[in-house]
Amino acid sequence: MGFFAEYGQLLLEGTWDSIVMTAVSCIFAYVLGIPLGVLVLITGEGNLRPNRPVHAVLGWIINVGRSIPFIILLFSIIPFTRLIVGTSLGVLGAIVPLVVCATPFVARMVEQSLAEVDASLIEAGEAFGASAWQLVYKVYLKESLPSLVRGASITFITLFGFVAMAGCVGAGGLGDIAIRYGYQRYQPDVMVAAVILCVILVEVVQSLGNAISKAVDKRTR
Amino acid sequence: MIELRDIRKSFGEKEVLHGINLEIADGDVFGIIGVSGAGKSTLVRCMNLLERPTSGRVLIDGRDVTDLKGAQLIQLRQFIGMIFQNFSLFQQRSVAENVCFPLEIRGVAKEERLERATDLLKMVDLSDFADAYPVQLSGGQQQRVAIARALANRPRIMLCDEATSALDTRTTMSILELLGRVNRELGVTMVVITHSLAVAQRICNRIAVIDDGRIVEEGATREVFAHPQAQMTKDLLLFDTVIQDFSEDEREKAVI
Ligand SMILES: Nc1ncnc2c1ncn2[C@@H]1O[C@H](COP(=O)(O)OP(=O)(O)OP(=O)(O)O)[C@@H](O)[C@H]1O
Ligand SMILES: [Mg+2]
Repeated sequence: MGFFAEYGQLLLEGTWDSIVMTAVSCIFAYVLGIPLGVLVLITGEGNLRPNRPVHAVLGWIINVGRSIPFIILLFSIIPFTRLIVGTSLGVLGAIVPLVVCATPFVARMVEQSLAEVDASLIEAGEAFGASAWQLVYKVYLKESLPSLVRGASITFITLFGFVAMAGCVGAGGLGDIAIRYGYQRYQPDVMVAAVILCVILVEVVQSLGNAISKAVDKRTR
Repeated sequence: MIELRDIRKSFGEKEVLHGINLEIADGDVFGIIGVSGAGKSTLVRCMNLLERPTSGRVLIDGRDVTDLKGAQLIQLRQFIGMIFQNFSLFQQRSVAENVCFPLEIRGVAKEERLERATDLLKMVDLSDFADAYPVQLSGGQQQRVAIARALANRPRIMLCDEATSALDTRTTMSILELLGRVNRELGVTMVVITHSLAVAQRICNRIAVIDDGRIVEEGATREVFAHPQAQMTKDLLLFDTVIQDFSEDEREKAVI
């Protein structure tokens, strides 16, 4: 078929670029977001290390981060992006705002997942002499693993959408293709193909996330 | 030995323990009985300092532990086992991993942990369930796992907060029998919180009745049941239908 001969390669590369960008920013967002989420949780009232000022400041930073629309973030932190990766364009230029945007999101997701862990389990851990650090990784993180995995698939899908937006800074990927061909060159068939690929990808990631979450959850067998 | 000296505990403005004095001797199975909200849980939680008394002292084997912090507090807790009403098993850990938890916390090597878990599971009659997960077990089995877990560090003291309240009568009896065995064979001092007189009567050699944050009566179980002094004890006896349903004959058999 002519269409695939002509655009197949382009769409395939676009798909791959989107996945890589999403995955890389996801990884960085989790590296930063897990400690942030844990910290904001355990500094909460009645938790392991209550600390009102730290809790308030972290909560505030997370909220501000989450309330800035991505498209505005993308442009407004260009100087910061240049400072970190040396450019504000292309894949590298997109990853910095993506990580900045996703980290507070991830922190809240992680906080939420950990908060669902039954308080009596934390107390049991405490009663057996676990330190705060041990409670975090042997009880909180371990017991909420299925929920964390579900959160990760949501994060991935959300970021995937943002990656498409990052197409406007020439980041490549399916969003970039959809914008360039559909919007600027009036080739709706390419745009539609790119969108369909996005839909398929989201569907696959969601199913995969659910399957992994179920596989790691010992409460369902 | 556990000694509580004039323990008071407030949550905000509200004082819930009004000066508790207790001595629990080594080898005792000591019952703490009272109605809901009397302060039973708060009181035992003071014994391993999950709750800090607002004032008063907690002494374990003569040592004042009230103000222990950090590593010393952790060390103390590692040698006081605890079991809970809702078992509090880690859902994402297998039975053996649950039993190993207190050892893992202490940094015991893996082979040693597994060896100990095998022994403990044998003792609680769950050898075949080492690789099962809590969700696959009945309530009684889960509490057995919790007992094995509480014994992992070879504690001298075990705190049981309403350990049988979520279980049916038959399962309660088997759990009480197991706790009795732990006390006799391992010499572990037991503190048993319950609102059931039947439970207290079955395994406790001494009991204290707590009412609204005060100990209103204390003594040998037999004595307290035969000659209750405090109104609260009389009320508990009166309303405890389980006890009334027990014929004298059955009570004899019930004694382990
Ligand atoms: N963390 C807390 N903050 C505020 N009040 C508390 C807290 N824990 C317990 N209380 C109060 O202390 C009182 C005693 O509670 P406690 O849980 O010790 O009672 P209990 O005898 O164990 O009751 P139950 O049989 O229902 O378990 C209750 O009035 C309760 O509301
Ligand atoms: Mg209670």
